[in-house]
Amino acid sequence: MSTDTQDQSEIFNGTASVGLRDARSVDGTDTRAIPAFVFGEELADLADQDPRIVVLTADLGRSNRATDFAARHPQRFVNAGIAEKNMITMAAGMASCGYIPFAATFGAFAALLGAEQIRTDCAYPNMPVRVVGHHSGMSMGFYGTSHHSLEDLAMMRSIADLTVVCATDAQHLRAVLRLALEHPGAMYIRLGRGRDPEVYGEVPDLVLGRAETVRDGADLTIVTTGSEVHPALQAAEALAADGIEARVLDMWTVSPLDRDAVLDAARSTGAVLTVEEANVTGGLGSAVAECLSDAGIAVPFRRHGVPDEHVPVGPPAALYAHYRLDGPGIADVARELLATSRGTSS
Amino acid sequence: MSTPTAAPTREQQLAHLRDRARFVRTETVRLTRIAGAGHYSAVFSCAELLAVLYYAQLRLDPARPDGPERDRFVMSKGHAAIGLYPVLADLGFFDPAELDTYTRLGSAFGDHPDMKRIPGVDFSSGSLGHGLSICVGMALAGRLSGLDSRTYCLLGDAELAEGQVWEAAMAASHYGLGNLVAVVDANQLGIDGFVRDVMATEPIDERFAAFGWDTRRVDGHDVGALLDVFAGLPHSATGRPQLVVADTVKGRGSARMELSPDWHVGNLAGVDYDDVMAELAAGLAPRESR
Repeated sequence: MSTDTQDQSEIFNGTASVGLRDARSVDGTDTRAIPAFVFGEELADLADQDPRIVVLTADLGRSNRATDFAARHPQRFVNAGIAEKNMITMAAGMASCGYIPFAATFGAFAALLGAEQIRTDCAYPNMPVRVVGHHSGMSMGFYGTSHHSLEDLAMMRSIADLTVVCATDAQHLRAVLRLALEHPGAMYIRLGRGRDPEVYGEVPDLVLGRAETVRDGADLTIVTTGSEVHPALQAAEALAADGIEARVLDMWTVSPLDRDAVLDAARSTGAVLTVEEANVTGGLGSAVAECLSDAGIAVPFRRHGVPDEHVPVGPPAALYAHYRLDGPGIADVARELLATSRGTSS
Repeated sequence: MSTPTAAPTREQQLAHLRDRARFVRTETVRLTRIAGAGHYSAVFSCAELLAVLYYAQLRLDPARPDGPERDRFVMSKGHAAIGLYPVLADLGFFDPAELDTYTRLGSAFGDHPDMKRIPGVDFSSGSLGHGLSICVGMALAGRLSGLDSRTYCLLGDAELAEGQVWEAAMAASHYGLGNLVAVVDANQLGIDGFVRDVMATEPIDERFAAFGWDTRRVDGHDVGALLDVFAGLPHSATGRPQLVVADTVKGRGSARMELSPDWHVGNLAGVDYDDVMAELAAGLAPRESR
């Protein structure tokens, strides 16, 4: 499509007008080298073979590229308008009639506004609804707290019979969407801005509930998910230059947690750092802490994410740097963790 | 069928429906005694609605509760499920003896209906305001699947204060869901008192009409009128969604409960239980006589 191939350098240099058709650029971050959101395209491909797939959105089809699905399967696309609660519950009604609905909107509105609908209408009756929360975390940058979903991981993982997964990059998202067709229960699928830097060179072979080791190491383990996998790998590169070998676990299934992977990481690398683009209260870090604590394993451990506060205004990249959630920041936090542990053990 | 050789006359049919409405009420009182507390009055207001829908209108096959071509019924006012369970048992969806486990630990039958446990329950409910959205999804799915089935939703009038109802009402007309029927049991009371005092939702028919629905009002305790209204609803996969506002009396059938805010949840004990059972068994008396 023409909007995919448009040279965005002018846009980010401020020398071109940006309209809504360039929605992927509205957060002000240069994403020129990153593939476009494959959400709608991949589902359209899958729907060519699978008549159960339907896609719903809440007036954000341009943002999440559900438009790519709608163009090829118009009868199976439902725009709910700006009515997220209705969208999620409608999806549950369709699911009860044999369909597999993917209901997509910003994570803030999917998980926070739709939390009760996700619990009562999707998870409790075990409906195969896939609620897709995109532009999650603070990736909406200067749009502010109303558009951030830093609480969704904590909220969603506390719901019984709801599988919570985060997509890491475009190829990983394709794998998640394919896998979602075979899972019987409800899912919350957390996406970033849709132009996430590449981690997986090809579509990975995933097993739901099993973490992916994207880098191995013996000195500590960084347990991370979604948008933080890429900067965690950058951090691991930086640490390697210091002689520190970090294992990086992509804990893409946040609930149910891969407890075996967490326990093995603690036992075999001796230190655990969790990294997430979410409030540290109740999210992935809490899940890992609960796992270690329940098992009686005490290793140097730190939850790293957004502190329990509302974030300031800023472009996404500036916010990641502010909270040390970029590669260099994560590397610094890892060094602090190891230094502290050496200090306490000596 | 009690009369396999000849179709019942209209009077016979109406008498049967009145009897089934009476059955809904007495079973509700009986089952509530097992629980020790329950929603009587919100069932009493829709007893005739349940009787007419389940014994005359809905296209169902109890032997195939999951048959894709069936009509769907979603009790959005899920707290009236205690009146639905005996009907489903009576129609053969499950053994009526199972009702005696009502609300006991591990029972399939709680205050609100569980689609995973109860054959014939098309969707779980309980959180008010969700049911119409479920039904919009079902109606969309039915049309997408090329089925001529209909989806029915039973809502309360106080429930209409939930904003999601209006999101769903908007979507239903936007998508032209002529296979969707919403029925409002306008029994006039919520928990805290009269709907008009707590949060007025009338004029219900005019409000839905403004949202693009075809609307009708009917006496919700008159089985003949209900029968005619439902039989006369147009049915198409692409027309306007259909609303039936049933004007009812919360607690209808029990003098002490009629339009009384004290009986949204309650428990009849001892002689009161016997008195109300006798009152209900006699059938509806004209309200003017009270």
